Amino acid sequence: MNYNVNEKGYYGEFGGAFIPEMLYPNVEELRQKYLKVMAEPEFQKEFNQLLKDYVGRPSPLYFAKRLSEKYNTKIYLKREDLNHTGAHKINNTIGQILMAKRLGKTRIIAETGAGQHGVATATVCALMGMECIVYMGEIDIARQAPNVARMKMLGAKVVPALSGSRTLKDATNEAIRDWINNPVNTHYIIGSAIGPHPYPDMVTRFQAVVSDEIKWQLKEQTGNENPDYLVACIGGGSNAAGTYYHYLHNPDVKLIAVEAAGLGVDSGESAATSVLGKEGIIHGCKTLLMQTKDGQITEPYSISAGLDYPGVGPMHAHLAKTGRAEFMAITDDDAMNAGLELCKLEGIIPAIETSHALAIFEQKTFKPDDVVVVSLSGRGDKDLQNYIEYFKI
Amino acid sequence: MNRIKAKLKEDKKLLSIYFTAGYPNINDTVSIIKDLEKNGVDMIEIGLPFSDPLADGPTIQDSSTQALKNGMTTEVLFNQLKDIRKTVDIPLIIMGYFNPMFQYGVEAFCKTCKEIGIDGLIIPDLPVDVYHEEYQAIFEKFGLINVFLITPQTSDERIRFIDSISNGFIYMVSSASTTGAQSGFGDEQTAYFERIAKMNLKNPQIIGFGISNNDTFTQATKYAKGAIIGSAFVKHVTNEGITSISKFVKNILK
Repeated sequence: MNYNVNEKGYYGEFGGAFIPEMLYPNVEELRQKYLKVMAEPEFQKEFNQLLKDYVGRPSPLYFAKRLSEKYNTKIYLKREDLNHTGAHKINNTIGQILMAKRLGKTRIIAETGAGQHGVATATVCALMGMECIVYMGEIDIARQAPNVARMKMLGAKVVPALSGSRTLKDATNEAIRDWINNPVNTHYIIGSAIGPHPYPDMVTRFQAVVSDEIKWQLKEQTGNENPDYLVACIGGGSNAAGTYYHYLHNPDVKLIAVEAAGLGVDSGESAATSVLGKEGIIHGCKTLLMQTKDGQITEPYSISAGLDYPGVGPMHAHLAKTGRAEFMAITDDDAMNAGLELCKLEGIIPAIETSHALAIFEQKTFKPDDVVVVSLSGRGDKDLQNYIEYFKI
Repeated sequence: MNRIKAKLKEDKKLLSIYFTAGYPNINDTVSIIKDLEKNGVDMIEIGLPFSDPLADGPTIQDSSTQALKNGMTTEVLFNQLKDIRKTVDIPLIIMGYFNPMFQYGVEAFCKTCKEIGIDGLIIPDLPVDVYHEEYQAIFEKFGLINVFLITPQTSDERIRFIDSISNGFIYMVSSASTTGAQSGFGDEQTAYFERIAKMNLKNPQIIGFGISNNDTFTQATKYAKGAIIGSAFVKHVTNEGITSISKFVKNILK
């Protein structure tokens, strides 16, 4: 079984490029060039240098001793929260801004949910002196105020998406419309492993540095580069894609993808796409998608803005369908409690997105000898207000 | 012969109007179609509303949202249209995004279109390559014409490819934009219209996006077989209701 993209842009039956003709020249140019550009030694050198000196990579792989004791297994945290800007998102935006420069683009657009991708995009635009417009749902602007302020300080223009559910899905629609209206000078930095081919593959490759590091770090610490489990939260799925990438074809390593159940998978207020979704087309790709019987995309819900998305990247749809990854769904309440637990046990305040991944230890029992690597995808500073309100701190 | 093909053979410039089915009210569909035909419109695009219309600007987005709130679905639309051919003769095209058709089943969708007397489809997010490889045979089996878009950025090579796959007309998007974003044409558009006209494509072209009045209609049809009006008509219906359609059409064709 192949879990990578094939030459036609598909992961099994998922993927492809379902785009209006207006976007064809842009997407096609990217498709023809992205692998060549990424393989250039100059590109690699600049990318790796920035990841090291600017982002602060490698991010530590940390053995969480007290958390491991509590759950009687061996838990390692891949500390993407320690990256510059506070999440894994910057790995991809560094890669894509270098790509945009090589394609001769001068204007950058992005969508954002929790604001982490927006901040990471605004950051690299400041670094490269490029114009930056970030689309963000009106609801998300309200619940992620600190990130909105950060983007503005970094010189980006934040445009509210006022249509539909006014969250990540709608911000993505607006970004795509902007791209249709500005086809020549603009590059669209998609933040997740979604969108038309080659985006899911390109984003995955830029995020693959995460699993690349896990391999040698785990080998250094345990003598074996293979964990028993890799765990990551999943909205569109860029963090999970990067965490899995170098292990996709290693059957000894089990993959766990953690979705947001919101108020409960069957509550009608959920974002658990692998359970609630059916094959369909969203934002340029065929994937699993929450929708009505009639094919209208439904409005998801999660307390976490970054997981509040009705689809999932096509690679993950394929991992779900083939059973390569086990998908679990975590409610708002369980995620919040797991987040607070990490604060108390390890002195780390995680992003609410990440808290979903941490909550699986209450649901699933691991063996004492199991090595479980959890992607700590982001830090919780941006979520303080939500934590304060939830726990009445 | 397919009604679109017959219409394209007529010795006149064609006016095609888009409207969103189920807007402003759920049951306006049939009366809008009849009124447009009565007032001399040559062809109609019936918009099947979608929750996430990527290629559309605010006017058509809002009408789609309202239509869905009103209860419009694929099933409801097909029911409303089931007797349309008893009274309406001009070509009817369904314009919609791919996901609702995909969920209905592409073959079942095409079959129902054929039974009702729909002549063609415009599906902005179904790329010509995917259509050609996966769905062309189904469309042809049911005698449906699929209409593809080209834009000022489309390369000559790709335009030739689209022309070779097309079997009715080519929908020429006037400028790089979502619907309803432009007002009037500049030199850049004129140059593009001239370039395409000189390519001598086998399919005639109909220009859409940015046509809103007699001026732009006349300008566009200088270079093309016809023009399509969408957002301007939806706006008109929003502002003046569905009883003054004749006024709108007369203003375009005056």
